[in-house]
Amino acid sequence: MIQHSLLHEFSLFRLKRSVLLGIKSLWMHKLRSLLTAMGIVFGVCSVIAMLAIGEGASYEAQQQIKELGSQNVILRSVKATDATTAGEQERSLILEYGLTYRDIAQIQATVPGVLVTIPAREVKDFIWNESRSIDSSTLGTVPWFPEMRNRTVLRGRFFTEVEVSSRAPVCVLSQSLARHLFPLSEPLGDTVRIQSSYFRVIGVIQDDPAAASSETENKNARSDATPGAAMEMLIPISTLEDHFGEVLFKYRSGSFEAEKVELHEVTVRIDQPDQVMPAAQAIRHILERNHKKVDYEMIVPLDLLRRAERTKQIFNIVLGSIAAISLLVGGIGIMNIMLATVTERTREIGIRRALGAKKKDIVVQFLIETVMLSGAGGLIGVALGLAIPLVITHFAEMVTIIEFWAPALAFSISVITGVLFGIYPAFRAAGMNPVEALRHE
Amino acid sequence: MNSPPSSEPVIELRGVEKHYQMGDTLVKALHGVDLKIFPGDYISILGPSGCGKSTMLNILGCLDQPSIGQYFLDGLDVSKLSDDDLSQVRGKKLGFIFQSYNLIQQLTVVENIEVPLYYQGVSEKESREIAVDLATRVGLGKRLDHRPTELSGGQQQRVAIARALSNDPSVILADEATGNLDSKSGGDILEIFDHLNAEGKTLILITHDEGMSQRTSRTIRLKDGEIASDKRREGTAQ
Repeated sequence: MIQHSLLHEFSLFRLKRSVLLGIKSLWMHKLRSLLTAMGIVFGVCSVIAMLAIGEGASYEAQQQIKELGSQNVILRSVKATDATTAGEQERSLILEYGLTYRDIAQIQATVPGVLVTIPAREVKDFIWNESRSIDSSTLGTVPWFPEMRNRTVLRGRFFTEVEVSSRAPVCVLSQSLARHLFPLSEPLGDTVRIQSSYFRVIGVIQDDPAAASSETENKNARSDATPGAAMEMLIPISTLEDHFGEVLFKYRSGSFEAEKVELHEVTVRIDQPDQVMPAAQAIRHILERNHKKVDYEMIVPLDLLRRAERTKQIFNIVLGSIAAISLLVGGIGIMNIMLATVTERTREIGIRRALGAKKKDIVVQFLIETVMLSGAGGLIGVALGLAIPLVITHFAEMVTIIEFWAPALAFSISVITGVLFGIYPAFRAAGMNPVEALRHE
Repeated sequence: MNSPPSSEPVIELRGVEKHYQMGDTLVKALHGVDLKIFPGDYISILGPSGCGKSTMLNILGCLDQPSIGQYFLDGLDVSKLSDDDLSQVRGKKLGFIFQSYNLIQQLTVVENIEVPLYYQGVSEKESREIAVDLATRVGLGKRLDHRPTELSGGQQQRVAIARALSNDPSVILADEATGNLDSKSGGDILEIFDHLNAEGKTLILITHDEGMSQRTSRTIRLKDGEIASDKRREGTAQ
C-alpha cells in the first residue's frame, strides 16, 4: 500500500518534471514551436468546424422536415414552362393549369395509406387594412390545415368546419402579415379587405417555414412569389370560391392576366412513415397520367431529409479528408522538427545517459515534448475551432452546433497525432550510443 | 608496486580487452588490463593520445562494456549488465566531470546539479536541498538560478563537480577536467579535487597533463592499450 502510493507519487513527480522540461525546451524555440504546431492547429480547427457545420446542417434539415411534416406529401400547382403554354395561350385568354379535384379524388381512392388531403386555393392580390396594403397571397383551405402542416395558431383561433360550410368571411393572418398590416394595433376582431371583399381577422398563425425552402426548390415555378412569401392570409376554401370565382384575374402594372386553377396546393397526409416514399411514387404516377404538362410540383419532406443527409455526408467526407490531411501534414511537420531537435540535442542525450537516464527516460522525455507541442497546437486549434462556427453563423447565416464532445475529440486526435509522430524521433534519441552522443559536437 | 589493499577494491578490472571493428581491421584498444582501485584512491591516468585512455574512461564509466574480461564495481560484475542496469549503475555509483563541462543549456545551475538525482527518483524537495547545498559548497550559492551560458568556464566546471557529487558516488571520473580552463581556474578545480580526496572520495583523473602526477597519490600510465606503469607516490598512505 505504502509502496504503491510512493510509486504513484514518484511517477507524478517525474511527469511534472518532464512536462516542465518540455515547456523549457519548447520555449527556447518559440517561433519554431509555433510554426511546427500550425499544422495541428488547422487540423484540429477544421475537425471542430466540420462537426459544428455538419451537426448544424442536419439539425436544420430535421427541423425543416418536422415543420413540413415528415408524413406529408405537398403538391403545388405551377405554371408549366413557357414553351408548352405558348400555343394554348393564343387560343384562350384564360390560362388553365394545375391540380384538380379529380387528382385528389384519385389519390384518395387509389393510393394506400392516405389519411387526409388538404386542398387549398390561392389568390394573389393586395390585402388592405385601411391605407396599409401588401401584395400577398390568400389561401383558401380547410380547418385541419394548421394541424397537418404543423403550424401553430399564435393568437385567436383557426376557422371551423361550420365556418367552411357557411362560407364565413373570416381570415387568419400569418404572423409577418399581421405585423405588416397591423404594426401598432391588435388585428383580432379587425377587418382586412381584398378587392371589394372584407374579412374579419379571427387568428394569427405562425409563418410558413416551407416558404423559403420551396422558393429555392423551384424558383422559376413560383416566379410570381413575392419576396415576403411568409406573408399569407388563410380563409375557408368555400369563402374563397365565393368571393373570387373559378377564374382569377390579376392586374399587374396595366396588363392583366387570367388564370383558372382548381387547386393551388394539396397536402397529402400519409398514415405510416415507411409508406411515405411508395405513396409519393404512386401520387407521382397519378399526376403524370392526369397532366400532360408538368403544371405541378411535388415536395416530399422525407425526400428533402434524405437529400440533406446525403449533402451532410459529402460535406463530412470532404472536410474530414481536409482535416485528416492537415493532421497528417502537421504530424509529419512535428516529426521533422523533433528529428532535428533530437540531432541538435545529441549532446544533452549523451549527458543524461551518462548521468543515469535509461533509454525509457529519454523516450518519455521526447515523447512528452512532442505531445506538448501537438497538444498546444490542439488547444489553439480548439479555440479557433470554437470561434470559426460563430463567424460562419454570423456571416453565412448557417446553423452550427458544437457538441460538447467535439472539442474533446479534436484535442484527443491532436494528442494522438503527437504520440504517433513522436515515437520515431523519441526512439531514435533513446537508441543513441551514449559514448558517441557525448562526443557529438 | 601497489601497496597492499587495506580494504576491498572499489574497482577491479580482470583481463579487460576492448576491440573495435574499423572497416576490415580489428582494432584492439585495450588488451589485458588488470587494475584494482581502492576507496580513497586519487589516481591520474596518463598517456599520449591513442593509448586507450578514452576507451578506459568509457569502460570505467560504464558507458561501454569490455569485449573480454570482467569489471567489478563495488563487487558487482558490470561487464555483462543490460543497458538499463548500466544506466542504473552510472546514476548510482559514478560521477562524471568532462572537459567541456557538459551542462544542459536550458537548465539552471541548481537544476543541472539535480539531474542525476532526478533519474534516481529522489523527491523534489530532497533533491533541491542537496543541489543547493552542493552549489554553495562549490561557491555558487549566489548563482543558483543562472544558466550555464551566464557562467565562466571555471564556474561551469564547478557546477559539473557539484553535479558529479549529487548522487554521492563511489567513484568520480574526471576527463581532462581542466583542459578548457586557464591555469587559475584550473588550479581552483584541482584544489577542489584535492579537498574531495581528503574527504575520502575516490577520484580518477584522466589526463595527458604530466603535471597531474605530482598532485595525485597514484599514477597509471597507459601505452598501446596496456598499463605501462602504476606508481604510488612516496609518502602517500593507502
